Amino acid sequence: MMEQTERRVISVIVMNEASVLSRIAGLFSGRGYNIESLTVAPIPESKYSRITIVTAGSVRVVEQITKQLHKLIPVLKVYEHADLVETEMALVKIPMNESLGDIEALTHAYNGRIVNVGSDTMIVMISDEPMRVNHFLEAIKRFHPKEIVRSGSVALER
Amino acid sequence: MQISGAQMVIEALIAEEVEVVFGYPGGAIMNVYDEIYKQRSFQHILTRHEQAAVHAAEGYAKATGKVGVAMITSGPGFTNGVTGLADAYMDSIPLVLISGQVPMSLIGTDAFQEIDAVGISRPCTKHNYLVTDAADLPRILKEAFYIARTGRPGPVHVDIPKDVTAQIAKFDYSKEVELETYKPTTKGNTRQIKKAIDAIAASKRPLLYLGGGIINANAAELVREFSKMTQIPAVETFMARGTLRYDDPLLISMLGMHGSYAANMAMSETDLVIGLGARFDDRVTGKLSEFAKNAQIIHVDIDPASISKLVNAHFPIVGDVKNVLEQMIPLAQEQIDPKRYESWHNTIANFNKLHPLSYKEEGDRLKPQWVVERIGQLLGDGANISTDVGQHQMWTAQFYPFTRPRQWVSSGGLGTMGFGFPAALGVKRADMERVSINITGDGSILMNIQELMTAVEYKLPVINVILNNNFLGMVRQWQTLFYDKRHSSTDLSMQPDFVKLAEAFGGVGYRVNTKEEFDAALKDAVEKNVVAIIDVVVNRFENVLPMVPAGGSLFNMMLEYKEK
Ligand SMILES: Cc1ncc(C[n+]2csc(CCOP(=O)(O)OP(=O)(O)O)c2C)c(N)n1
Ligand SMILES: [Mg+2]
Repeated sequence: MMEQTERRVISVIVMNEASVLSRIAGLFSGRGYNIESLTVAPIPESKYSRITIVTAGSVRVVEQITKQLHKLIPVLKVYEHADLVETEMALVKIPMNESLGDIEALTHAYNGRIVNVGSDTMIVMISDEPMRVNHFLEAIKRFHPKEIVRSGSVALER
Repeated sequence: MQISGAQMVIEALIAEEVEVVFGYPGGAIMNVYDEIYKQRSFQHILTRHEQAAVHAAEGYAKATGKVGVAMITSGPGFTNGVTGLADAYMDSIPLVLISGQVPMSLIGTDAFQEIDAVGISRPCTKHNYLVTDAADLPRILKEAFYIARTGRPGPVHVDIPKDVTAQIAKFDYSKEVELETYKPTTKGNTRQIKKAIDAIAASKRPLLYLGGGIINANAAELVREFSKMTQIPAVETFMARGTLRYDDPLLISMLGMHGSYAANMAMSETDLVIGLGARFDDRVTGKLSEFAKNAQIIHVDIDPASISKLVNAHFPIVGDVKNVLEQMIPLAQEQIDPKRYESWHNTIANFNKLHPLSYKEEGDRLKPQWVVERIGQLLGDGANISTDVGQHQMWTAQFYPFTRPRQWVSSGGLGTMGFGFPAALGVKRADMERVSINITGDGSILMNIQELMTAVEYKLPVINVILNNNFLGMVRQWQTLFYDKRHSSTDLSMQPDFVKLAEAFGGVGYRVNTKEEFDAALKDAVEKNVVAIIDVVVNRFENVLPMVPAGGSLFNMMLEYKEK
């Protein structure tokens, strides 16, 4: 019987040390947990970093992930609850074309702007909730994007 | 104190009161070995293979409860040791493994004997370190010992580049370890414990499910007290053998794949499982959805990740099982009526009568189970028992009359053939008063046979008893039962002369066909007090029974095997 899986955001505060990312990535791959996205950056003026992991799994699996993360020696805290403010960024390279105004209006609607204009292409940036990033990427399709990069989620407890 | 990294290693081992290091030198660790040469505080035992060094340290740790220490060089030295690390990780054995590494300036260049050791050891250690500055070494070594022995114990690996062992820095081995991110919970939650006791008092058919965590926590005495006081019957996991005495009327037996019928039936009939330091391993539970189906579960464990991992616990209690029992005992004294479970005892006694653990003596070949029982009759409490992996291991777990915790040393989680002999060397080093027996198979013994030399050199007279069935017996058994007798690559008819082999190293050897010969050989080996091999010819086709086929339910045991 398959248990129901759901998308989960796990936020992990870790000691800022060289090996910590490989410990976490290794935990996920070794135990067969999936990683949808993972971001990491130091927390300013501290000896910690915050790692934000988006994963999917049943309640039981997510509980195991949380406990296994806790077991890693350099892990200070693990937050796993639904009440997070979550944001993701995306950059999209689009061929230059006459609908510049349309593109600008679209990016605006997703907290974005045009960040670079070259001779053949331009790059737009948006930042929004991951679901809305999906919508944006769907909408931008009609301008024939050449390349897309997503940052992965960052999240903060309310 | 300004000293070299290599000297720091020695100073740290002395500060940790280490009395023996098992190891094997090589280029990257030579600075440390040079300091070992100069000191007289601890013994270094040169095993003849790095895997054996780590297993010997495990055996020592299991027998004493102290942290075992092994030391090896970089590259192939390290990779040879990995099996030992994995073994210690699976069985929660406190261990510090120190390995040499190529100099910092060469790391990442595919230098001679360079391998990403911490990359390899990460998934099979509790924690690991690559030391990049000698100034960090005192703190790291202190943390390594602390992490290895506290919480759920486990192996810690410290990889030290050669130039770091030469580097001079300040040595300050401060007495306290402060790890902001590592604070194992040791006391149980009082409210949960109260609820658990209420549940026990209300239950009709409670069952103690005793696991290896009890041995690690030195809690066997308290378990004995608790079970006696409450009169709650108990089953032991493979790892927990020796928690209760074999003749304790409350001990049903081992449960699981090769557990007794009564133990597995009790688990299937109980209305309340009291899990102490056990982890609901698949070899114990069989089919999960049918496991202890009628029961609520109390689960006491130091590792929160073990609780509700496989079986949902109604009363989860995170804590050191010793502390938790100390909290439980006064409450149990007040609340639990030991007479309450009498009809449950009768039920269990009936299970026992129906299908006791047994074997048939037939034909002229010795039965392997007889050999195990006989060692128990002749040596009993006076022996520490290690094993390798296979049928002989299961027969030992089933039939040896264990009388105390730490008497039993076997590779449970990883199931490492080749574990037994070096582990028995470590056990002997830890307990010179008792006889150290390794009950082994004709397959397993060859996996670390070179340790005969270590045993002779360091006067560690382990007695290896081979239950020789001319087979990789356990695999052969599965082939017989589940592969229509296609005995693919399990026939070991090609055998060395084990007697000459033992003698070639300076030990003694015996080939045994009869009961009388066995008694005489064991007596002689104990008296000679040198390493021995007793090669016992046993019935080739004996199966380990009863058996729960993999994935089957505990109450659905194969009790006998009939030739088709
Ligand atoms: C290192 C290793 N390789 C392979 C196995 C798989 N295995 C499990 S039991 C066994 C047979 C062991 O044979 P033997 O030592 O003669 O013991 P017996 O079962 O005959 O008592 C094998 C090959 C293992 N457990 N460990
Ligand atoms: Mg065999």
